[in-house]
Amino acid sequence: MKTWLKITAIALLFYVHYVGLIADVPRLNILNETIRALYFHVPMWFGMFFLFLLSIYYSIQYLRKPSAALDRKAAEFAHVGIAFGIIGVLTGMLWANSTWGSPWHGDPKQNGAAITLLVYLAYFVLRGSLENEEQRARLSAVYNIFAFAAMIPLIFIIPRMTSSMHPGSGGNPGFNTYDDLDYRMWAVFYASIIGWFLIGYWIATIRIKMKALEEKLIDLGK
Amino acid sequence: MKTLLLLIQKEFTLELRRKAVISGIGLYLLSLIFICYLTFSLRQNSISEATWSALFWLAILFSVVNSVAKSFIGEKKGTFIYYYSIAGPHVIILAKIVYNTILCLFLSLTGFLLFSLFIDNPIQDKLIFILTLALTSFGFAAALSLISGIASKANNSNILMAVLSFPVVISILLLAIKITKNVLDGIDRSASTDELLNLLAINCILTALAYLLFPYIWRS
Repeated sequence: MKTWLKITAIALLFYVHYVGLIADVPRLNILNETIRALYFHVPMWFGMFFLFLLSIYYSIQYLRKPSAALDRKAAEFAHVGIAFGIIGVLTGMLWANSTWGSPWHGDPKQNGAAITLLVYLAYFVLRGSLENEEQRARLSAVYNIFAFAAMIPLIFIIPRMTSSMHPGSGGNPGFNTYDDLDYRMWAVFYASIIGWFLIGYWIATIRIKMKALEEKLIDLGK
Repeated sequence: MKTLLLLIQKEFTLELRRKAVISGIGLYLLSLIFICYLTFSLRQNSISEATWSALFWLAILFSVVNSVAKSFIGEKKGTFIYYYSIAGPHVIILAKIVYNTILCLFLSLTGFLLFSLFIDNPIQDKLIFILTLALTSFGFAAALSLISGIASKANNSNILMAVLSFPVVISILLLAIKITKNVLDGIDRSASTDELLNLLAINCILTALAYLLFPYIWRS
């Protein structure tokens, strides 16, 4: 990754954390100060989705032209993606505890998130239980693509068909329904999304390098 | 096309020849439902509609996962080589999906019959419910055939089968449960058409993907 991108990522997140905690936010019923979760909770999902998409992309590339490097990339992007997902669930629970009254409410989006995590945990169980490296790479790539496609209705269709308690759906006040929501909030939100995208990508590239070195060391050890 | 029919026919002949397996699955379903019956017979009329739906789908899910799992897991190494020599991977996965759809539909209908016999039959619109059963059978068959192919390559394939398949079939199950709820409440048919169409769309996605991805599993 280019150095200027790393600096941008750090600068953006400094901005997000400083302005996100200090600046003024619109007063909405129930949400009150927790509206700031928009800066810290929502970007986790965007980041997770971005990383999983990259993982799928490398899985497809692997099936077209198998190589150990592509498999490593697919696995590591999924690894970092799942970390983002877990942080997303935890920050969401924190937020839900103060707005909905309890951390887990069986909201369709919450359930969808939980199932997404289950899919990727199953992906790692699959990787762990196959010993032949080439076979592991191929089968996990197939499962990655298949499970992701099966999740699409879960994430994009079903939550839209059922009412959700998330802001913005089911008659709840959302961030985009208010005209008085000042543009500064959007600025922080987008800065946060881009910042976390870059950080996620950065962590993944470091992990990919680490894995490649580890494998090289094992080869040398032999 | 001809090989497809031939392979489906082969699956049926094999299945009918190994009567122990099919009767084993039947007995599995029967004992599952009988246990439900015994548990709920302690207090008469204590089963609510939500409980009925939950029990029904759990029984169907477990028996279907167990029966489709053996479509690749149970096969001997030699049969794979034999298949490879007579047909391409696309034909094999299609044959498996068609055969498993029929098997799942048979299991679901038997399950429904046993449920109405032992426990209760609160379903009001039977036609829609049976249509749902047919669509879910198709979806389960498409998803589970491919996953059974993946799981068969690993050592602990039975546990892996359950772990890999549950997240994938959840979206099918959620839609099916929603339709079941509509049917149990006696809501008008038009309320369920959206879900039925969605179910059909998911089935098409899963079948297309299984068709595209299976050759990659095959190559080993």
